[in-house]
Amino acid sequence: MTLDLPLVWAGLLALAVLLYVLLDGFDLGVGILFPFAGSDKDRDVMMASIAPVWDGNETWLVLGGGGLMAAFPGAYAILMPALYLPVTFMLAGLILRGVAFEFRLHGRNRGKPFWTWAFAGGSLLATLSQGLVLGGFIQGIKVEGDHFAGGPLDWATPYSLAVALGLVAGYVLLGAGWLVLKTEDALHGLGRLWAMRASVAVAAILAMVSIATLLIHPLIAIRWGIGAHQIDFPRFLPLLPIPLMGAVGLLMAYAGARSDTAHPHTPMVGAALAFLSGYLGLAVGFLPFIVPYAMTYEEAASTPGALKLILIGAAILLPVTLAYSAWVYWVFRGKVGADAGYH
Amino acid sequence: MHLDAILLARLQFAFTIAWHIIFPSFTIGLASYLAVLEGLWLATKRESFHTLYRFWLKIFAISFGMGVVSGVVMSYEFGTNWSVFSAKASPVLGPLLAFEVMAAFFLEASFLGVMLFGAKKVGPGLHFLATCVVALGTLVSAFFIISANSWMQHPVGFEIDARGRFVAVDWLQVIFSPTFPARLAHMVLAAYLSTALMVGAASAWRLLRQPRQPESNIALRMAVGMALIVAPLQLLIGDVSGKLVGEYQPAKLAAIEGFWETKGHQAFNLVAWPDRAVQANRFAVSIPELGSLITHGAADAVVPGLKAFAPKDQPPAAVVFWAFRIMVGLGLLMILQGVVGLVLWLMKRLETASLYLWFSVAMGPAGFVAVVAGWATAEVGRQPYVIYGQLRTVDAVSPVGAASVSVSLLTFVVVYALVFCVGPLYIVRLIAEGPVKADIGEGSMSRAPGSALGAGVEQ
Repeated sequence: MTLDLPLVWAGLLALAVLLYVLLDGFDLGVGILFPFAGSDKDRDVMMASIAPVWDGNETWLVLGGGGLMAAFPGAYAILMPALYLPVTFMLAGLILRGVAFEFRLHGRNRGKPFWTWAFAGGSLLATLSQGLVLGGFIQGIKVEGDHFAGGPLDWATPYSLAVALGLVAGYVLLGAGWLVLKTEDALHGLGRLWAMRASVAVAAILAMVSIATLLIHPLIAIRWGIGAHQIDFPRFLPLLPIPLMGAVGLLMAYAGARSDTAHPHTPMVGAALAFLSGYLGLAVGFLPFIVPYAMTYEEAASTPGALKLILIGAAILLPVTLAYSAWVYWVFRGKVGADAGYH
Repeated sequence: MHLDAILLARLQFAFTIAWHIIFPSFTIGLASYLAVLEGLWLATKRESFHTLYRFWLKIFAISFGMGVVSGVVMSYEFGTNWSVFSAKASPVLGPLLAFEVMAAFFLEASFLGVMLFGAKKVGPGLHFLATCVVALGTLVSAFFIISANSWMQHPVGFEIDARGRFVAVDWLQVIFSPTFPARLAHMVLAAYLSTALMVGAASAWRLLRQPRQPESNIALRMAVGMALIVAPLQLLIGDVSGKLVGEYQPAKLAAIEGFWETKGHQAFNLVAWPDRAVQANRFAVSIPELGSLITHGAADAVVPGLKAFAPKDQPPAAVVFWAFRIMVGLGLLMILQGVVGLVLWLMKRLETASLYLWFSVAMGPAGFVAVVAGWATAEVGRQPYVIYGQLRTVDAVSPVGAASVSVSLLTFVVVYALVFCVGPLYIVRLIAEGPVKADIGEGSMSRAPGSALGAGVEQ
C-alpha cells in the first residue's frame, strides 16, 4: 500500500492549523480581554496564566506557515502575496503582544501601561488580521497560471470584516473559557460573564457569516445542498451534525459559564466544539481545494521526495512534540493565583 | 515586476533579517551559558552561580522573546515577498525549514516555559534538563537554518523538474552541502563569542562601579576564558570558510578582497573603495603579494578578479569588501581582548584594570556587529543570485506591487524601531543594576508582586 502523501499532509496541516487556532486562540483572547480586567493585579494574573505556554502555542502558527511552504509551496506562493497586507498586520500585532510578556515586567512608570495596551492592541490586531486572512481566503483568490493575479486590497470586503469580527468573538470566548478554568474569585466571575457574552456574539456572527458564505459562494451552497428555494435533504442531512455540533458547543459554553456547578472546563470545551464545527463546515465547502476553487492540494503539493522526508520527520517529531507540550500544560495545571501561582 | 518593488522587498528582507539574527545569536550563546551556570550551581552548590543564572535568565527571556517574534516574520516573509523563490525552492528548502520548526522551535518554546516559570514546579534536576533542552533546541535550529542557507550559497544534490522547481535527488548532499560544516561552526562560535563579549561587558561594567563584586568577578573570568579560546578558533574556522568561498564563489571572494584583475601575485587591499561603475578600486592601500598568499596560500597563485564576471553577475563589491573588513577587524580586537585578559588575569589585576574593563564594556556589542557584518558579506556577496548560480534575486520576487511592499516595510520599520529600542534598553537597565541588585529588587519595588516573570525567576 502506498501513502497518498499530499492527502496525508493536507490532513496534518489542517490539524496543525486547528491546533493553532484553539491554542493561540485562547491566549490571544486573553490578550483582547486584557483592558477589561478590573485591576492591574488581575491583569498580572491573566498574563501569568498564559506566560508559560503562549510561545509553544504560537509555534503552531510557524508550523502552519513553514508546513504550508514545505508541503504545498504552490499554495504558499499564491496565498502569501494575495493576503500580503493582513499577513503583515498580523505579524506586527504578534510582535507587539509577544514582546509585551517580558517588556511589561520591565517597564516602569510609562512603560508598564504602554505594554499593557500594546499587549491588548497587538492581540486584537493579530486576531483581526487572521480573520481578514481567513475571510479573504474563503471569498476566493484570483489566480492566473500558478500565481496570484489580483489586487492588493482584494481581501478588504464587508464579508472578510465580518469573519474577522467573528474570529475576535471566538478567540474571546476561548480566552474567557481559559480564565474560567485557570482563575479564581472576581476574575473567575468576569471570565464567566465574558464567556456568556462572547458565546452569544459568536452565535450571532457565525450564523450571519454562514448565510453570507452560502450567498457569495454558490458552489459551497450546492455542496451543502442548500438552494435558494429548496433544500437537498440527501446532501444536507448527513452534514447536519456539523452545524449541530457548533450549536451544542455554544450552548455548552453559555450554560457552562452561567452555572456555578458546571465543570470549569465546560466553556472551553464548548468553544472548541464551535471552532471545530466552523472548521469542518469550511472543509466540506472547499475540499480538495487549498486555494479555494483555484488550486487543489494535489496541484499545490511539493515533490514526493520532499513530502516523504518531512513525513518521516513529522511521524517521529510531532508525537514527541504533542507529548511534551501536554507535559508543559500539566506542569502548569491548576488555578493561577495572584501570589500563589509561582511560589 | 517593477524595479521599485524589488528594491523595497530587498530592503525589507535585509532590515528584518539583520535585526532578527542578533537575537538568535545571543540566545544560542546564552542558552548554553545558562546550562553551564545551572550545571555548575547544581554540581558545586555555590550560590554565586545561581545568582548569575537568575540574572542572565531574565536577559535571556527578553532576548528570546525578540528572537521569536522577529523569527515568525521571517517564516512568512519568504511567501509574502519571495513567492517565486518559495514555489521553486521549497521542494529542497521547505523540508529543512519544516525540520527546524518541528525539531527545534517547539522544543525551545515549550521548555522555555518550564525554564522561566517552572523552578518550583519541577525540581532542580528537571529544571536543569529544561535548560539543556532549550540550549539543544537553539543549536538544532542553527543546524537547519545554516544548512538551508549553505545550500543556497552552493546548491548541490538537486535537479530542476519540468515546472522549473528545484528537486532534491540526494538529501544528504543537500543537507550537508560542502560549505555547511564550516559555516555552521562559524555561526555557532560567533554566537558563543558574541555572548561572551556581552557577559564580559556586563561584568566589567559592574566591577567598574563596584570592585570585587564576586558574581561579576566569576562571570568576567568565564568571558575572558571564552574569548581567549573561541576568538582565535573563530579566525581559523573563518579562514576555512573563506577558502571555501574562494573555491565555490570566486566572485564573492574577489569582492571581499577588492580584486578586479585575474592574476597571480594579487596585492592585499587593507582599505579600498571598490567601485563597480569604473570596474576598479578608486583607491587602495595595499600590501604586495599578500592577497594571493592569504586567499590561496601561495603568492604566485592566480586569483580571479571581478572583471572575470560580467558586470550583471558581480556582487556589490564595496558593501561586501567593507562588511568583511568590519567583521575581521572586530574579530582581531576580540582576540586582543582575550589575550590581554589572560595576561591581566595571570598578573592578578583583571578586575582592577579599569582601562581593560572599559575596553570590555565597549566591546560588548562588537559580536553582534560582527555577526551582522558577516551575514552581509555572505548574503550580499551571493548577489545577484538568491540561489547561487541558479536563481537570480530579481526573478524570485512576489507579484506584489510597490505600494504594498512600502506599507509592510513601513510597518516593520515602525514596530521594530519601537521593539528593538525598548528591548535592548531593558537589557541594558538590567545589566546596569547588576546581578545582585536585580535579584534583590525582584518582587519588591521594581516589579509588581506576583508578576509572572518576577515570581518565576525569583525562586
